Amino acid sequence: MRELRMLLRLARPLAPSIALAALLGASTVGAGVGLMATSAWLITTAASHPPLAVLQVAIVGVRFFGISRGVFRYAERLVAHRVTFDLLARIRRWFYERVEPLVPARAGGWHSGDLLARAVDDIESLEGFFVRALSPPLVAALVALGTAGLLARQGSRFALVELAGFVLAGLAIPALAAWLARGSGRRITTARAEAARHAVDLVQGLADLHAAGRADETAALAVAAGDRLTHERRRRAVVEEGLGAATDLVARAAVFALVLVALPLLADGRLGGVALAVVALAVLASFEAAEPLVAAAEQFDEQRSATARLLELVEAEPAVVDPPRPIELPSVPPSGVPAIRCESLSFRYAPDASPALVDVALSVEQGARVALVGPSGAGKSTLLAILLRLWDGWTGRCELFGCDVRRAAQDALRARLAVVEQRVHLFRATIAENLRLGAPGAGDAVLWRALETAGLADEIAALPDGLETLVGEQGWGLSGGQRRRLAIARAVVRDAPLLLLDEPTAGLDAITERQVLAALARAANGRTMLACTHRLVGMDSFDEIVVLERGRVVERGVHAALVAADGPYARLWTCQRELLAR
Amino acid sequence: MASDRRLVRAAFAERARLGASVACGLLAALFTVVLAAALARIVALALEGGHRPEEFVPALAAFALAAIARAIAGWTGGVLAASASARLRTRLRARLAGRLVRLGPLRIGSERAGELSATLQQGIERLDAFVASYLPQLALAAGIPLGISLIVAWQDPLSGLVLLVTAPLIPVFMVLIGGLAAARSRKQWRALSRMSAHFLDVLQGLPTLKVFGRAREQARRIERTSREFGDATMGVLRIAFLSALVLELVATISTAVVAVEVGLRLLYGRLGFEPAFLVLLLAPEVYAPLRRLGASFHAGTEGSAAAERIFEVLAREPPAIVVAPALPCPDRLAVRFEDVHYVYPARPGASGTDRPALAGIDLDLEPGRTLALVGPTGAGKSTLVALLLRFDVPARGRITVDGTPLERIDPAAWRRAVAWVPQRPHVFAATVEENIRLFRPDATRGQVVAAARAAGLADDIERLPAGWLTQLGEFGAGLSGGQLQRLALARAFVADAPLVVMDEPTSHLDPSLEAELAATTRRLLAGRTALVIAHRLGTVRHADEIAVLAGGRIVERGTHDVLASRDGPYLRLLRAARGEA
Repeated sequence: MRELRMLLRLARPLAPSIALAALLGASTVGAGVGLMATSAWLITTAASHPPLAVLQVAIVGVRFFGISRGVFRYAERLVAHRVTFDLLARIRRWFYERVEPLVPARAGGWHSGDLLARAVDDIESLEGFFVRALSPPLVAALVALGTAGLLARQGSRFALVELAGFVLAGLAIPALAAWLARGSGRRITTARAEAARHAVDLVQGLADLHAAGRADETAALAVAAGDRLTHERRRRAVVEEGLGAATDLVARAAVFALVLVALPLLADGRLGGVALAVVALAVLASFEAAEPLVAAAEQFDEQRSATARLLELVEAEPAVVDPPRPIELPSVPPSGVPAIRCESLSFRYAPDASPALVDVALSVEQGARVALVGPSGAGKSTLLAILLRLWDGWTGRCELFGCDVRRAAQDALRARLAVVEQRVHLFRATIAENLRLGAPGAGDAVLWRALETAGLADEIAALPDGLETLVGEQGWGLSGGQRRRLAIARAVVRDAPLLLLDEPTAGLDAITERQVLAALARAANGRTMLACTHRLVGMDSFDEIVVLERGRVVERGVHAALVAADGPYARLWTCQRELLAR
Repeated sequence: MASDRRLVRAAFAERARLGASVACGLLAALFTVVLAAALARIVALALEGGHRPEEFVPALAAFALAAIARAIAGWTGGVLAASASARLRTRLRARLAGRLVRLGPLRIGSERAGELSATLQQGIERLDAFVASYLPQLALAAGIPLGISLIVAWQDPLSGLVLLVTAPLIPVFMVLIGGLAAARSRKQWRALSRMSAHFLDVLQGLPTLKVFGRAREQARRIERTSREFGDATMGVLRIAFLSALVLELVATISTAVVAVEVGLRLLYGRLGFEPAFLVLLLAPEVYAPLRRLGASFHAGTEGSAAAERIFEVLAREPPAIVVAPALPCPDRLAVRFEDVHYVYPARPGASGTDRPALAGIDLDLEPGRTLALVGPTGAGKSTLVALLLRFDVPARGRITVDGTPLERIDPAAWRRAVAWVPQRPHVFAATVEENIRLFRPDATRGQVVAAARAAGLADDIERLPAGWLTQLGEFGAGLSGGQLQRLALARAFVADAPLVVMDEPTSHLDPSLEAELAATTRRLLAGRTALVIAHRLGTVRHADEIAVLAGGRIVERGTHDVLASRDGPYLRLLRAARGEA
């Protein structure tokens, strides 16, 4: 029920609209009830051939209900969709605000984007929460009570029959539906996961399977797993169709019970034929509100598990929190202090994990260029992440421009840093908007200069829309090298004193690599630069090279000296020279 | 909506069940008429007055029986439609999986693998709403209104006329719902998916936003953008919902018209009560199927979007199958490429034309020798290897093995002769042991252990909590880059095939691991015929010959010493790799 409370809390500010939508929904059904009841009165009364004037009011009523029903329905749809959109907007914001402090340390690390992508499906599935899960029971309750109130005037037994019917259709059958769906829900989830697993194995492993001659065998497994899912869903459909038919039957049973209740009253003249017709048709029409209830119960079940998954995701404690009273950072970093100073820095990703950094000491003077090298997993990216305040829980000292990173607010600290990430994320926006990420106010001239520095200006200028070209799925397809250079331009636009580079040339071919390195050399221009790399290219341009292995600094110095020293760096260097084209 | 037609054609195979389902729907409508007649009778008796309760029994019994029969017919119809849909999904799934296998990895390409596996898994299931609910509703919406109007006309011609006058409007409504609602749901769908694409984009870029200090302010922007998209959609919906309004208005107003018109004629004694009341009860039923059709429309469009993807794959041309009887695999694995061309087929819908990948390859691979392929990205190395692995057939030219055309050789026999060591092996969701057994499903535990030991993987596996029976994750999570390499090598050791085809990894690992893997690779290749896409100097030095590829052609051939000593493409490649200009 925690999930329901959460959803209702998010929906609370929308309560007036929700109430209005429910009222309009109930009015739609109510107009149907009114139409059928008035028509029944009209026809049964007309059968006794009264003067026409007797029927006039009923004729007006029939017309009124006939027209108002459509109008109510239209208004209800509009209000309900407004609520849906607003609720979705609130859920998105809620999720974002909670997950933002957790990224990346508490949400899957560097691959948190992939993890969060999966959450999006769950959030989107909540889209139907109001229309399909919350609104139907509200409308049903309003209609049942309203109709029962009207029926009570003819006799409380009629009201009781109406309410009993709605309790059956609105509580008993949905409860049965939820109970039946619970087992099947689990089975369907399992079958779906199995089917996904085999589908991924078949499609993404197709080359390996083809080479091994086992594609048909795995295809058969994937098909069988998918068929199990289909089978489970068919079984569920059988139950659902049955419950739908049962809801329908309840409506007729209510009318049947009503006539049975009425028979003795009819016999002794306490109830007339006119009243019976009105009551019977009113009840029949009111059960329109019960129709969506079975589906609502099922929807609710699904949305509850989606919400539970979201809650699970956002419940972690943030890895990094701002200090209660962060120290103010001067707008220009003080001179005379190192840009980066780490002493006996040690870190583990988890208490039981092997150490990622052990006793690391690093000092980078302002304006210097330092390279962190070492094999994958040596701790280079970890060190960058700590400097960026993405992870906490380390021991030792870590200062940026003379300020203990733990004593400053995260964003104030990051304002001094410009980053070129290993996994460059470009947003589905224009090139200009992507470039302005780090400096929202930057003018076009600044952007072009940055593109010039990154060696990308000519390519962008050649595009029909120039800076306004859209990047991303529907936009301009960028090559790996172009993405990297765009990221470099983005970092240049930010104009921060310290430039951090995480594997700036990973995954690029040799020619592109040279282009990117040239762009970086131009970008560095007076800035302090710390670059992580396992490609040893252009190393003689660094003032210092720090070699990391298994989280420890094992060697440091300039390129020529390190090559001559015949230590770990020289081994990396030889290994690199063993590499042929990429 | 061409895919709709193809889906309807595919659904035609289930015509028996779907037809029966529609018949059940019609039957349910018939019982609705019986229900209405019984209720009219009950009210007529009550109105006449002076009847004893027993006199109500026949009408009440008819009412109860018709109600139960209607529920049963409705349920049966639903069950039949669900089963038709399940059978269709099962059949389409088998076709789609079969087509994926026949298309092979080369024609499918790797870039859209995620989308394809989603189509195979979720896409097929999305067809359910279209087949099980939309299609039968469509038939019922055409049949029931007409049928009930006719019954009403039989009872009371004038009311029947009123309904039959609106009956020709029904196709108009269908177009209204079909057209406007399609436009509505398409627009709404697009707006919604744009909105969720934006949200997804922000979430995926969250680490980037964070390091640029822009993450916090996004919260407000997300809500604002969502609302803006919502507003834009509302504008569309305001118009789109008009179709529903019109349907609702026509349905209720014509009921109202019937009620008043019947009531007035009843007043003047021109109509009996019972037919009048029956007509009133039946009037709303004329429009009920249309309302239900409108409700299932959205689900239907989702299905047709999924159908589009499915039929796009099914429309792709797989490589031709050789019909001539298969020949055994020659013992002498002398592979020869003769003027081999290959062109990547342009994907339907994708921009661009066919991309030539190989343009006239002539190549010999002598038994027992190692041939290294080198060249820049996109030179055609992977395509060449893929053709040897029979992922596809050449567009022109041929590949022979000791004179036998490759495509004539029995595929199973060829696969026993070849082991494939990819750059990045796919880790299957299975145990470690099963993963290593890929090429030899019948390998014993002893063979698996020996192969893993030969590949340097055994110690790592034995340290795992469940050892050889450890389940590996969906994307090979839990295996490091080095372990992935060793897994690929272990698979090849188990295969113990005379021909090894290998794609060396491009990224380098730490030096000691590199040295170990190089030694392992040499042990694997010793005494075998090998075609290796090489990225390491050590590998090419040990190769008997090197072929340099560029732009789909072989531009240089020779041994390392010869090629490195002359100023050709090979030397340029070598210099570029070292970062020398």
